[in-house]
This record gives sequence, C-alpha cells and structure tokens, in this order.
Amino acid sequence: MRISGAEAVIRCLLEEGVDLVYGYPGGAIMPVYDELYKFQDQLHHVLVRHEQGATHAAQGYARATGKVGVAIATSGPGATNLVTGIADAQIDSTPLVCITGQVGRHLLGSDAFQETDIIGISTPVTKWNFQITEASQIPEIIAKAFYIARSGRPGPVLIDITKNAQFDEFDFSYEKCTGIRSYVPVPKLNLDKVAEAAALINSAKKPFIVFGQGIILGQAEEQLKAFIEKSGVPAGWTILGLSALPTDHPLNVGMLGMHGNYGPNLLTNECDVLIALGMRFDDRVTGKLSTYAKQAKVIHFEIDPAEVDKNVKTEVAVLGDVKEALNAILPLIDAKSHDLWHNEFKELYKIEVETVINEELNPTNGKGISMGETLEMINKHSKGDAIIVSDVGQHQMFACRYAKFNSTKSNITSGGLGTMGFALPAAIGAKMGKPEREVVAIIGDGGFQMTIQELGTIFQTQVPVKIVVLNNEFLGMVRQWQELFFDNRYASTKMINPNFVAIAEGYHIKSKKVTQREDLDAAVAEMMASKDSYFLEVMVEKENNVFPMIPTGACVSEIRLS
Amino acid sequence: MEDKTFTISVYSENNVGLLNRISGIFLKRHINILSLNVSESEIENVSRFIIVVNTTEKWVQNIVGQIEKQIEVIKAFYHTDEETIYLENALFKIASSLLFDEKQIQNIIKDSQSTIVTVSRDFFVISKSGRRSEIEELYEKFKPYGIMQFVRSGRISVSKEKMEISTLLETFK
Repeated sequence: MRISGAEAVIRCLLEEGVDLVYGYPGGAIMPVYDELYKFQDQLHHVLVRHEQGATHAAQGYARATGKVGVAIATSGPGATNLVTGIADAQIDSTPLVCITGQVGRHLLGSDAFQETDIIGISTPVTKWNFQITEASQIPEIIAKAFYIARSGRPGPVLIDITKNAQFDEFDFSYEKCTGIRSYVPVPKLNLDKVAEAAALINSAKKPFIVFGQGIILGQAEEQLKAFIEKSGVPAGWTILGLSALPTDHPLNVGMLGMHGNYGPNLLTNECDVLIALGMRFDDRVTGKLSTYAKQAKVIHFEIDPAEVDKNVKTEVAVLGDVKEALNAILPLIDAKSHDLWHNEFKELYKIEVETVINEELNPTNGKGISMGETLEMINKHSKGDAIIVSDVGQHQMFACRYAKFNSTKSNITSGGLGTMGFALPAAIGAKMGKPEREVVAIIGDGGFQMTIQELGTIFQTQVPVKIVVLNNEFLGMVRQWQELFFDNRYASTKMINPNFVAIAEGYHIKSKKVTQREDLDAAVAEMMASKDSYFLEVMVEKENNVFPMIPTGACVSEIRLS
Repeated sequence: MEDKTFTISVYSENNVGLLNRISGIFLKRHINILSLNVSESEIENVSRFIIVVNTTEKWVQNIVGQIEKQIEVIKAFYHTDEETIYLENALFKIASSLLFDEKQIQNIIKDSQSTIVTVSRDFFVISKSGRRSEIEELYEKFKPYGIMQFVRSGRISVSKEKMEISTLLETFK
C-alpha cells in the first residue's frame, strides 16, 4: 500500500491500539492533522489549549489506564511547550509517545521559521528520541517508540518528523517491535538473590516495607498484598506508590517522606530490614542520606539496575520484574505477624492523630475550612472510589495524606518534577481513559492558573471532570517555607486572584464557591452527583501548614509534628 | 572517597545523537571529560566510546549505570589505569630546516621511538604513540626548537582482564 508519511503516522498509531491523542496543530505538523481529519472515526483527537496540556493530559490518561499516552505538536514553540510534561513523565516513569512536526529536511539547521532542535532539547528528558527525515522510516521508528515507552521502566519517547517525510509516499507495512538488541528492558530474575532476600526477611525482627510506583507499573498489587499479609510486615508508601494498596489495609502504615506520616518516617531509622519495592529512594523520601536507615539491611526489588546503590547502599538487590520477584519470594517467606513491631507504628499514629490529624479534620478556634477536612468530605462522598488527580503544593500533600483509595491507579500526581499546572489537564486525560470512574482534580489557586486555559478543553469535549480549587490566596507551600525558614518574609507568594467561578462559568462549567464550613458537605455532594463537569472553589484557611514535616536536609527521624 | 582517573568504555549502536545523550550524563554531574575517543569497534555497526574522567569510584559507578540505561548502549565498563593498557597518539609539525640544521632533533626522534610521517620542503610531521607523560616529555624536548602545530588524540585503551563484552558482541555478528 503506497501512502504518505502522514497517513503512515496515523496507521501506525492505530496499529498500536491508540484511539485517543492530545495535541495542537501548526504548520510543520499539518499533513498529519489532515490525515487525522480523514481518520477521525477511528482516532479521536483532543484539541488542548496549550501543548503542555497535551502532555499532561496524555500523562493522566497513561497513569489511569496503564496504556501509552500520545501527544502531538508542531515544530518550534509547539515542540518546546511539550517539554515540561515530557520531563514530568520521565521522572515519574510514565509511558508517553510525543510526535512533533519539524521543518523540511532541506531546511534543517538553517534557523528556518519555527525550527528548534527538539531532539537536542528533549534528549535529557526522554527515554529515547529520534528525528525522522524520510517517510520510509516512520513504521519502524514508531513501532520502536511504543515498545520503548511501555517496556521495562516506562518513560516518554519523542519522535520528530520533518515535513517532507510527512508528504512523501512509500510502500507501507507495519510490524510491531518486540526487541532491540542493545536494550534489556527487564533484567532476568536471579533466584539466588530472591532466596537471599527471603532469608533476610525471615530473620528480621523489625522488617519494614516501602513500596513505590513500581508496584503499579509492574501490576503487582495482588502480589504486594499477599506478601504483606503472609509476612506480617508493616508497609509504607511513597507518593507515587499510593493506591497500590488500599488505604485502610491493616498493614498499611502510611506515607513516607517530607510530609509523610510520623510513624513510618521515624521507624525507618529503627527497622532492621528495609524492603524497598519498586521505589528509587528519592531525596524527598530519604531526607539526609548519611543518616537514612543506617541500622537496616536494605533489600531493593528494582527493574532499573541504575537505581540500585545509587542513593542507598543495598544488602541484597533483586533485579527484575517486581511481580515475578514477589511471586518467587512468596513461598519462601515465613508466615508471621510482627504484632509488637506493628504496635509501634500504631502508637506513633495515635500521637499523630492527637497532635495533627484531629485538628486538621476538625479545626478549632474559629479557623477557616481546612484542606484536610475538604479531602475528608470528598472521601465521604466518593467512598474512596474516585481517581484523585492532585497538582503541586500544600493541597497535594493534604490530598496524598488524607484521600482514601480502594483501588489501584487512583492517585495521579506530579511526584518527581513537582509540576504546578499538572492536575487540570491530567484530570482530563484520566477521565477520558477511565470514563466509568469519578475523577476529581484537587488544585491550588496557583497551579490552577498555570493551565487554567484547559477549562476550554473541558468545555469543548464535555468531559465530566470535577475540579476542586483549594484557594488560600497564597502559593501555600512556598509561604509555609517562608514562615518556617525565612522569618515570615512572604516574598511574592500572596496571590490576588480573579473570580474563578466567573471564569469557569465563562466556559459554561457549572460552578460553586464555598466560604463557610456548613456549606461544604452539600457543595461536595452536589459536585459528586453531577453528571457534567463541575468547578468547586473552596476558600480555605490562609496560613495553614502541612505537618508532619521533615525539613530539607534533615534526617527522617527529625520529623516535626508542629 | 578519593578522586582517581577512570577509563569508561561504552559499546553502542552506531546511531546519530547518542554522543549527545552520553555527554549529557557527565554534564548533569559537572564532571569534566578529560579525553574522548569514539570509533568503530571490532563488530560492524557497534561503536566504542573511550571516555577518561577524574572522579570518585561511587560517581563512576553511577555514571556507568546511567550510560547503560540508554537504549542504544549495549554495555559500559569502567577501569582504573592499573587495569588497562592505554595510549594516546600525537602529531608534531616542525619546520623542515630544523631537521637538517639541528642535529639534536634527529637524536630526539630516534630516542623517543617516534616516526616521521611525512617530509615536505617546508615542514615535516612526527607521530608519537605512548602514555601522556611520554608525549609531554617529547613536547618539552621539541619546544625549544619551535613547534608549528601539535595535536594529541583521545586515549585509546584495552583492558588487561578478559572482557565479557567480547562474547556478547560475538552474538551480534
């Protein structure tokens, strides 16, 4: 079949099972858009309002479904606008394929109109990238792109296609990529290492599990649950591991890291064996490395060999697919309960409830609405079944600390990059990927205004996402740091905000603003009952802080409750 | 952990753009590349990078891990100077008149076991292979007479130990 490169792009996407792409047209990608017009019955294109929105929407789609998200943009500014989302996807291991148009081959390097070296720009933030200059390269390269994006430790791939390659015709055929000789996506499991890890776990008096997103990416949620339940080992989660284990599981002891729970952070420095499952010892989790879990023997289950011993020295590294590894270790693990050890977590949780959580959920002394109680209200009405997409800042920490989850792939947030503006477009992608689930975006007043234009995408597509803006009229997290570490000097963190409800209504999205506590319950109920998209602005206490907190550079056991 | 000189060897597919990815790994960590040599390896379409850096073993381990993560990289290794046989090559361009007027020049060439590559009416070119110290010693000897041009290659090296890559690469043939 002799077709154009542009048509080949569409046919390749269809061959890879793609039915939804996010993007924004422009000169250098117009031949592909022309083909999209022809194929619109098979391949749905969502017109975002800014290319950054396309990558975040594709991320939300990928994180909610486990499939590869696809974003399309033109050359130059279109391509560079994708970069924030690509960098976010890279650090959070999200599978994306981004396709950018490029000037014609004969113009490359001539500083032509809307030419940028997107391959050079995106190299440090992609798992792989490639510039196609001939139409005949398209099937092989797109097949490789999808294989690389989704295999092993997933990540973003960028394919740049010159305009001549989109126009030129060639004889099309498609073959899926099943392997690349220089690329080993999943290291082979070493059963001796599994046995070594099992022996260490069986001999431990105070073992502790820390699980990350690797569990979700490796579809090992059931194996994790079985492993915890048989071994009786308490388990804490990293921000991206959240929702891999139901929040109310008796052995789930909470969140690790800077704003994590008191017990798991403190007891990291008391456990004798630390079992890390699909996590990478991010500095937000470890705090000061020189004092992190020095007493513990560390077992690291990891798919990416470069992560082993990168930050924390391991006693036993179990490289490979975490699901396969957990299946292999389960029969070797002794059934135990570790009640006394687990009680230590429970006692510390009681202290956290008394000193932090009760006040957050039931503020006293005439304080305004808290972020925590808003989350608790969403829990009440969602019953833990919603996908919560959070942006970046204080509200994100409150969302991750207080939101309840019954099922996996329900917590979508920007973890490693900390990208403000992530949540609104990511929620669009999550809802389109999982239309049967309720999707609630939790956003601060700062992050909302970074991608506020995507309200237009919601209006145009009628995607029924629920948007909750927790408005404290501050860049809250920076303000908290200014209060605690910069002597209350609130440099450029106070926000004079517009009328958000009027803006949302301008996009024909049903909206409500809540300023009084007594109105919160009914407003959240109305939002959750709505069949359409809904915007809820909650005016929250201005100068509330997120606690517990491990100050930057401090040790995990120096966690502060106030 | 003290800084040492390490030779990093990278075997990769011969693809456009990989050098950019690899150099970026050093850039991110503010590690200066002391010497870089890229050429075809013994296997068709497989390139070999030889990168010399001065850093700690912990960092070099981390860097090699990140290099191996790149899709087109087949395998990467690092070695200390004691574990490798290595040399550089240098070319010295010197005015031809000196070859005849300065007798000492001929002795320097002979003693240093360097080779005359070409001689023309105006200049002659000497090639010297060896360790950096040997090349620098020769440079210092020629310097008083005047060197018209001087160039030195990146390090090339082979390991003293048998490399597992040889077997791996065999399967690619």
